[in-house]
Amino acid sequence: MMDQKQLLEITEQYLKGELSADEKASFEEMRTKTPTADQFVVEHQFFITELDKYADLKRFKANLYDIHHTMKENGEIAEVKTQDRAKIIKFWDKYRRTIAVAASIAGLTALMISGITVAFSPKTPLADIEELRRKVSKLEVKTNKQDLQLKSVRQKIEPGVNVSFGGSSFLIDSKGYLITSAHVVNNAERIFVQNNKGQDFMAEILLTDTQHDLAILKITDEDYKPSNNIPYSFSKKKVASIAEPVFTLGFPKDEIVYGEGYLSSVTGLLGDTMSTQITIPANPGNSGGPVLNHNGEVIGILNARQTTAEGVVFAIKSKYIYNAIDSLKRLDSSKIVRLPTNSTIRNLNRVDQVNKIQNCIYMVKVVMKK
Amino acid sequence: MSNYFKETELLKGLSLNEKESIEQIYKDNYGIIQQLVINNNGSEDDARDVFQEALIVLYQNAKKDDFQLNCQIKTYLYSVCRRLWLKKLQYNKRFDILVDNQEEVVPTEEDLEVHEKLDAQYGVMKLAMGKIGEPCKSLLEAFYVHHKNMQDIASFFGYTNADNAKTQKYKCLMRLKKLFFAQYKNAK
Repeated sequence: MMDQKQLLEITEQYLKGELSADEKASFEEMRTKTPTADQFVVEHQFFITELDKYADLKRFKANLYDIHHTMKENGEIAEVKTQDRAKIIKFWDKYRRTIAVAASIAGLTALMISGITVAFSPKTPLADIEELRRKVSKLEVKTNKQDLQLKSVRQKIEPGVNVSFGGSSFLIDSKGYLITSAHVVNNAERIFVQNNKGQDFMAEILLTDTQHDLAILKITDEDYKPSNNIPYSFSKKKVASIAEPVFTLGFPKDEIVYGEGYLSSVTGLLGDTMSTQITIPANPGNSGGPVLNHNGEVIGILNARQTTAEGVVFAIKSKYIYNAIDSLKRLDSSKIVRLPTNSTIRNLNRVDQVNKIQNCIYMVKVVMKK
Repeated sequence: MSNYFKETELLKGLSLNEKESIEQIYKDNYGIIQQLVINNNGSEDDARDVFQEALIVLYQNAKKDDFQLNCQIKTYLYSVCRRLWLKKLQYNKRFDILVDNQEEVVPTEEDLEVHEKLDAQYGVMKLAMGKIGEPCKSLLEAFYVHHKNMQDIASFFGYTNADNAKTQKYKCLMRLKKLFFAQYKNAK
């Protein structure tokens, strides 16, 4: 019994007619005896016929390809330029009417729109715009003047030996506990706080929490009389809402200054969740001042402003005041701060609110370490 | 009629895949066909493809023993090309009326039907060939298409001797057969 490979070989020879008469006879005898071999031969014959057709056509195609190329190279096939222009003309002929209709509709629509625009647009007198421009320039002059003044104020204060202008702080307990920003009392040797009547009191730092930029001060001066109740309260709300109107009081200069704005973002610089972003006018000296909402609840402590943007100010969220007070309690169990939980100025108008609050805001004056 | 003998000679040459005859037919007819195709939204490549396909139709017919061309080669090729190009345009959803020079046209539908069948069969083998991959494809084509002998094939493909090449050819052929019959059944 021969194997498949030999069978294939002899079949191919048989189909090509390459076998001798004897070989052919014995092969044909074998085919009649073994039906599987016979079937193989039949199948292979069909396959070879198909393969031959394929081969034949492939040769013919190759020939055509060669002829086409040589004739083209010899210039025997005329190059016909593709008629691009004719195509466009054809296109034009075919769609002339459609194009005309589309163009007129487009034209009419354009005319209508411009007509409507002219008819309905408000007629602004040119004079108004100019006036406004003038006002703006005036305003600019004003701010420049203010800047100058601020600088002069600062210069007046700074020569005062070691007492450098610090920041703001506010009472969190009428016993004399104040809260301010940690960076205000950085490197302080001695601290004085000054109320809005101009009275100075000695104070000491009980705790600094640089992580949250908070510091708790205590007025140690004998002159201080823990009398008045604190009108504002501390908001336990974790997240103040965006767009909430807020106001602040602080000491960017010798006199207390009121500022009004709104909460512009619940997170601070670069998405910092410890602080919130507030749009409010603030200047150096405002640091450590309270940020209050219209109910008189403290929602934060002003701590920084973005120098690259206008009016962008950050405030540490008030919940960190609770943390700071807790830390203080752990540090010294005798120092128990009771935060006011009820705002007594809830239903007052802003002027009265501020009148009551300003007694609790203190300027922080720092004597730097040498 | 010398022209008749010339045409018969050309057809015979064509059926034997002879270069001279094909070149002559090319020279006599290509210009007209190119004109036809290009005047009817075709490119130079389209003209070449259409003309070559028409030549294949004629070639397949000329190989038949009983083939008798009842018109001039020119007319036949023009008719086939016209039909083919119209079909192509319709396939591309363009129902144009062909702009031509009112040349004589003979019916070619039957021939084209036969041609399509042959083309389908050719396609089956072509697909199977495409699937076996190299070096099998080149090896088998060298043997079956270009009729190279085993010695040449062995040296060209880097086999140590003709027997090795034979073994390789056998393996490749078995794979091709398997692929071909699988494809063939699918097509049916």
